[in-house]
Amino acid sequence: MKVSAITHLDIQKIRSEFPVLDQQVNGKPLVYLDNAATSQKPKRVIAKLKEYYEGYNANIHRGIHTLAETATKAYEATRESVRDFLGAAHVEEIIFTRGVTESINLVAATYGRSFLQKGDEIIIGTLEHHSNIVPWQMVCEEKEAVLKVIPVNDRGELDLKEYKQLLSSKTKIVATNHASNSLGTINPIKEIIELAHAQGAVVLIDGAQSAAHLPIDVKALDADFYCISSHKMYGPTGVGVLYGKKELLEKMPPYMGGGEMIKDVSFTKTTYNDLPYKFEAGTPNIADVVAFNEAIAFVNELGKENIHQHESELLAYATDKLSTIPGITLIGTAHHKVSVLSFIIEGIHHFDIGQMLDARGIAVRTGHHCTQPLMERFGIEGTVRASFAVYNTKEEIDSLVEGLKRVVNFLKQ
Amino acid sequence: MKAITDIQEEIVNEFSLLDGDQEMTVLYIMELGQKLPPMEEAEKTEQNIVKGCQSTVWLTSKLDNGRVYFNADSNTAITKGLVSLLVRIFSGQTPDQILDANLTFMSKIGMDRFIGTQRSNGFAAMTKQIKMYALAYKTKMEVKS
Repeated sequence: MKVSAITHLDIQKIRSEFPVLDQQVNGKPLVYLDNAATSQKPKRVIAKLKEYYEGYNANIHRGIHTLAETATKAYEATRESVRDFLGAAHVEEIIFTRGVTESINLVAATYGRSFLQKGDEIIIGTLEHHSNIVPWQMVCEEKEAVLKVIPVNDRGELDLKEYKQLLSSKTKIVATNHASNSLGTINPIKEIIELAHAQGAVVLIDGAQSAAHLPIDVKALDADFYCISSHKMYGPTGVGVLYGKKELLEKMPPYMGGGEMIKDVSFTKTTYNDLPYKFEAGTPNIADVVAFNEAIAFVNELGKENIHQHESELLAYATDKLSTIPGITLIGTAHHKVSVLSFIIEGIHHFDIGQMLDARGIAVRTGHHCTQPLMERFGIEGTVRASFAVYNTKEEIDSLVEGLKRVVNFLKQ
Repeated sequence: MKAITDIQEEIVNEFSLLDGDQEMTVLYIMELGQKLPPMEEAEKTEQNIVKGCQSTVWLTSKLDNGRVYFNADSNTAITKGLVSLLVRIFSGQTPDQILDANLTFMSKIGMDRFIGTQRSNGFAAMTKQIKMYALAYKTKMEVKS
């Protein structure tokens, strides 16, 4: 990352692009700190959805009329933007899905089912979201393969020494997130991938929490599969991406059968379409894919370096301020983090904290964040999680701290 | 013992003083929970947990002289406050009064605004559990007589 590239973002101007932020919740200005769950959408994304439905809604690829052509071009333009965004070599390596969950399931159900054999091993990390655990458990059960887990240290960082111990010639797949949704830990995925490749395993990276925050270059990382989600990076819900190396995608069987994914169908034999369409059965989520392009442009125009710089400042500020609250314990204190701050307060249930903050217009997430095994590792039921996006401000963190102090004062009096 | 409808009316009047302020409402609910008599640790058994609540809620009951008395506790302060409202309404009533009761106060205090869908389901589960206890006691009393 070049320091010289960093410019100071005009956060107020950025905020004005997000209509949803300008409202009162429970009589207080909304403070939206649940960005790891989903980010808000800028006007240009919303406008694109409207433009699509009002201007050129049509089913793509097979129509020969003008609207179908316009819609197809817009849909495929997003695919090209995603290719560029991820640093992929070929546009046919970009598969549209409904989200990261579907992307992971697709790989587990096709690559996993086709190439795993009894006794083979899959390695995942303790930090995984349930969507990067359960699909692997399902395929392990079916193929009698074994799921192994990389432990974390008390800061919430993967133990690479243990990882090296787990790796062997039996390892066929390694799946881990780029950044943890619960703790914010940024994993050393380049090293994880290199080590896995040395054993001949393929690696899937869950990029749900990194796409909006960190630079991604699948070629430089040599990632075999990389999954991202539109709605966590200022785009519409219902769109995800599976990047896969062409040679891997080509040897994988289709995931779902139906229209779009076929070349020829007869009752005795069907031949499948080429990449990427082989994996895109049925009418896709055209409108949201088209609007996703605007979200990518939004992130690109701001610049990942600038976004990361601003969010790192927020994280440092929040970490510092929250540490002053009596009884607080931060869960996840990794050296490298995205802008996620998870914490518990002694003697106060996280639900109560969440509800009290909501009464003050502050949106945070409470619970296990779909990472129950990770919560178990820390011996807790759940946390309160504040997660920041590019539009958040230090004043909003001050509101969070003020709200937390009020909860503590009331419940510990 | 006040009638269930009267207690509900009292609750509605008390909440109306908060003027719809969410934070005051939440604080008030938590305060109500703090006023519940403490529950013995020995009573916090798996059997006393109300099924269907997102938080853990323990509900105990006893029959005394034809009336049912409840106590409750929860691991979250807000839920404890909410269940305290039910204890206030139902504790000391007869099984028939409990079974015939129609709860109307929730929408009048705007409960749907400060508890989400998940908690609403939990609240319904607590009410159901209270009525189940009442039914069990009614049956027991009928068998005896």
